[in-house]
Amino acid sequence: MIKKRLMFQKLSFSMIKAAAWINGAALAIMVYYIVSRGWRAISWEFLTQVPRDSMTAGGIFPCIVGTLALCSVTLFVALPVGVASAIYLNEYATRGKLVRLIRLGINNLAGVPSIVFGLFGLAFFCIVLKMGVSVASGGLTLGIMTLPVIIGATEEALKAVPDTFREASLAMGATKWQTIRKVVLPAAFPGILTGSILGISRAAGETAPIMYTGAVFFTPNLPSSLFDEVMALPYHIYVLATAGTQIEITRPLQYGTALVLIGLVFGMNLTAIILRAKMRKKLRI
Amino acid sequence: MERHIKMYTENLDFFYGNSQALHDISIDFDENRVTALIGPSGCGKSTYLRCLNRMNDLIPNIKVKGRAMLDKKDIYDPSLDVVTLRRRVGMVFQKPNPFPKSIFENIAYGLKVNGVKDKAEITRIVEKSLKQAAIWDEVKDRLNESALGLSGGQQQRLCIARALAVAPEVLLMDEPASALDPIATQKIEELIAELSSRLTIIIVTHNMQQAARVSDRTAFFYLGKLIELNDTDTLFTKPELKQTEDYITGRFG
Repeated sequence: MIKKRLMFQKLSFSMIKAAAWINGAALAIMVYYIVSRGWRAISWEFLTQVPRDSMTAGGIFPCIVGTLALCSVTLFVALPVGVASAIYLNEYATRGKLVRLIRLGINNLAGVPSIVFGLFGLAFFCIVLKMGVSVASGGLTLGIMTLPVIIGATEEALKAVPDTFREASLAMGATKWQTIRKVVLPAAFPGILTGSILGISRAAGETAPIMYTGAVFFTPNLPSSLFDEVMALPYHIYVLATAGTQIEITRPLQYGTALVLIGLVFGMNLTAIILRAKMRKKLRI
Repeated sequence: MERHIKMYTENLDFFYGNSQALHDISIDFDENRVTALIGPSGCGKSTYLRCLNRMNDLIPNIKVKGRAMLDKKDIYDPSLDVVTLRRRVGMVFQKPNPFPKSIFENIAYGLKVNGVKDKAEITRIVEKSLKQAAIWDEVKDRLNESALGLSGGQQQRLCIARALAVAPEVLLMDEPASALDPIATQKIEELIAELSSRLTIIIVTHNMQQAARVSDRTAFFYLGKLIELNDTDTLFTKPELKQTEDYITGRFG
């Protein structure tokens, strides 16, 4: 009997372990695949030049700048709105119909396919608000798409702040706002920051929301204002791989661009993790 | 000697939703004396304590009936500013709960939120509060280190210092030593004795020896009712009611 039970335990653990390993393996294989095919394309020229010869040569500098510009707008829009919404939902709002409705809205926003965000952005930001295909339209579209992620991360971080901190602060004659501003937010900040950067790095790789709203097939110009159109890394990959005239010839450039994109995303995530570790150490949480 | 009542409640009822947690509680608290609230778990003593600085306001669907007075003013009067009330009626919690900030910032916090801006003044009060809480000598060389690096007993004295910094007139203590070892507990009890010369202290405790050691008066709660209230010496040596005697002699609870 005992033997059978132990065998079952062993079997279950092995399966659970295997499931966990699949994650790591998938990532490792994908990274290996892209690095092994893309690293040859990476050069100083590739990172700093504009595309030449119908995008079969030259670099991807405008795409890097474009993606960074879009992400900046996304961060600028989604972070304050997302954090404020989460504070409202978690700290201020009295539970009721209105809050349930807002939550329902946020959850549904999270489930909307990215292409729908793209179409909405085209209809609303580009056409109704007359912002055209621009960094502003694309960034706002990505921003709305990222909001649920930032709200979720912020709510988690706020929930992780023990109520005893809030009580201690209120018991000293602090107002609710002082308590949030000076005790709750600083304690939640590392979590908010990490969650937000993860959300933004996710947005950095999105193609569908920007293909109608911010990114263009080709422009040799760098954006000089929020209302300029840009090239972007994910869209560039899509274009090279599907819409070019020389798909086979540009294969190394496609992998090179993909490598730069995942490098950028990993870089952001790594920054988030390092920042969090540093702040946690300082706060000793 | 003439008694000076700092705080009292009159026929106080308290409800969580529809369930009544406190029934008709009337207690008066002498100024600069220690009053202990004892009774078994769930008897309402902590709920009662939290009525006195309106900490229960944070819970949805509560209702308070009757009166609770501080210096003859009703603390549940709608025109009363609850922020000011909590500044005047400080609180120390069951588990030490220092903020994840430096030792200095923990004490300075209450001053800053109450509008003290002068740095020299803040530094002076931080030192004074830490001395009052008998922890200055242990932390004076590490004021800028995180408060979370202190031991549990030190953290609790830091929390007392933090509460003292805003110069409260009444200090509510909710089982302040229940999470501490005997030596740290002894230090907290000595501190209570020391502070009672200038503060009205109301302490909830599970520990009857502690109530007997630190308090001047003791109130015994059971099932949301005040059973007996008397001078501590009398309550522990000649309780009027059988129920009180059973509890303090350990026959139930």
